[in-house]
Amino acid sequence: MAGLTLERVNKRFGSTQVIDDVSMQIDNGEFIVFVGPSGCGKSTLLRLIAGLESITHGDLMIDDQRVNNLTPPERGIGMVFQSYALYPHMSVYDNIAFGLKLAKQDKQTVDERVRQTARILQLDELLERLPKALSGGQRQRVAIGRAMAREPKILLFDEPLSNLDAALRVQTRNEIARLHERLGSTMIYVTHDQVEAMTLADRIVVLNAGHVEQIGTPRELYERPASRFVAGFIGSPKMNFIQVTAEADAEQGCRVEIPAVGQRTLPLALSAGGPSETTLGVRPEHLIPTASESGEGLEIVNVEYLGSEAYLYMERDDGELLVCRTQAPSPFRRGQRVTLDFDPTHAHLFDRDGRAVPPRARREARPEPQGADS
Amino acid sequence: MTLRRLKAIALKTGFWLLVAVLVLYAIFPFYYAIVTSLKPSSQLFEVSYWVDSLDFSNYVTVLSQPTFLAAIRNSVVVALSVVLIALLLGLTAAWALGRVRFRGRTTVMMIVLGVSMFPQVAVLSGLFEVIRTLDLYNSPGGLILSYTIFTLPFTVWILTTFMRQLPDELEEAAIVDGASPWVTLTKVFMPLLWPAMATTGLLAFIAAWNEFLFALTFTLTDSQRTVPVAIALISGGSQYELPWGPIMAASVIVTVPLVVLVVIFQRRIVSGLTAGAVKG
Repeated sequence: MAGLTLERVNKRFGSTQVIDDVSMQIDNGEFIVFVGPSGCGKSTLLRLIAGLESITHGDLMIDDQRVNNLTPPERGIGMVFQSYALYPHMSVYDNIAFGLKLAKQDKQTVDERVRQTARILQLDELLERLPKALSGGQRQRVAIGRAMAREPKILLFDEPLSNLDAALRVQTRNEIARLHERLGSTMIYVTHDQVEAMTLADRIVVLNAGHVEQIGTPRELYERPASRFVAGFIGSPKMNFIQVTAEADAEQGCRVEIPAVGQRTLPLALSAGGPSETTLGVRPEHLIPTASESGEGLEIVNVEYLGSEAYLYMERDDGELLVCRTQAPSPFRRGQRVTLDFDPTHAHLFDRDGRAVPPRARREARPEPQGADS
Repeated sequence: MTLRRLKAIALKTGFWLLVAVLVLYAIFPFYYAIVTSLKPSSQLFEVSYWVDSLDFSNYVTVLSQPTFLAAIRNSVVVALSVVLIALLLGLTAAWALGRVRFRGRTTVMMIVLGVSMFPQVAVLSGLFEVIRTLDLYNSPGGLILSYTIFTLPFTVWILTTFMRQLPDELEEAAIVDGASPWVTLTKVFMPLLWPAMATTGLLAFIAAWNEFLFALTFTLTDSQRTVPVAIALISGGSQYELPWGPIMAASVIVTVPLVVLVVIFQRRIVSGLTAGAVKG
């Protein structure tokens, strides 16, 4: 069964290309998260799937049926909006029942479904209340209840947690994850928050300026980002980027010349040719600081203590900051000088177009992250 | 310190004085009409500012005239029909103008506004021909048609403004729930637009209820007249006598429904005029 397929979907508003040739396949029961900076088209893509915007060209298939011209209920989708968009004049019961009544269900079925939905979302006590008498988290649950009451094949979430405070966000995030487990329906979730993306998703779709940068599991995205954009977007604090000169080395991979560190060899398959300008990417936890006795190395300009870990910020000669994640309490102090090294197996190299340099072929095959442009 | 206090007191007194002047200016004519209507005709021309006798003979006179009762009935029919038609058309037009994106939307809004700028006299003769052609002369239909033309522009404008304030996501939620535009309009938007509808409906009612020029021009017989015309045509025993008592009584009778309506809808109107206030 083929949950949902997008084939070269495009969307234009006037002359602006908002969605550019997006193709992907979503399996039945998967939890997919669209993530990207604001204005990347993630919400538009969700609205195209919902049927709230028309697709300029390309095909959208649900269960192998082309649904471009079907209405949202005909597509079998339910949607949770960012502002909840509950009907303010209707009680919780009526909010959940509205879609069911419009689908011409008989009274008893409507009642059963509403009560069942309310039970799942723990809204039993609140059925007679109006939305204005509910807290933010409760409204959120009503919005979810309204979306799932008709038992849609696909549930869409448009930044559903952005109106909640931090504590409630974590709790609701958990509830959504458990709900997915329980319902087993396909869910597509839009967020700009990478923590939500990493924690909820089976697979994450990273969008940038209307096209797909990478589709993959949270782990693939974190460990094998396909582009510099993905590498910088996923992970907090951000990956450190350093401009380096790299040269292919037939035997060992590639040699890079790193300012203030020296020459290192990375197990990456850089295409042969002369030395080229590339960007080295190292995650903060893979930087290894060593206290420098001789006054060499970089100065620590700030130490952030977070309880379970600490972040060291080092300033480079060109003014850029490098971040290093260490155990807390950290033995380093502000103003101290350190030399840096890193684990070459965890280093990433990006060519001038921002594309990741693939690892050298090894005996055990690693799952190749799906790239958009491949 | 005392100076500042003095200033505060002076400001406060000035403020309430101004309020008093405004209230007097607005209320006094109606108050005097009530006072006059309660006097027997023998005391009519003695100036007094208080109700010192309760004489209902003027009311009895007015209400025993079958033409006046017919006029009230006509007015009610015309005004209610105008309100209903204007709200129905206004709501659907506001939906299109406030919610649907199409080319020329602003132009349409401007044209609608433009229509309301014509003075009544300017369209009187043309409208007269239209009504003759449609065979609506001397019937409530003619008045309903002509009043609707003049109440629709502001109905459309006010409702469109309110319609635009309703969040887009609300409509989208209804679409996802499978609601047709008509269902969205009646089940989702209309309950939220009640304040605006009460406001515009009341304004339309008052406009239709008070209208004089068209009512005079487009009706011929006593049985088809509306209240404003009927009052103006109340005549006394001779050519030289204006029956002020009955006229005042009639004026009070036709004003009371408006006052009652305004009081009933007062809260709605206030919330309708100040804010969309529909945050979920």
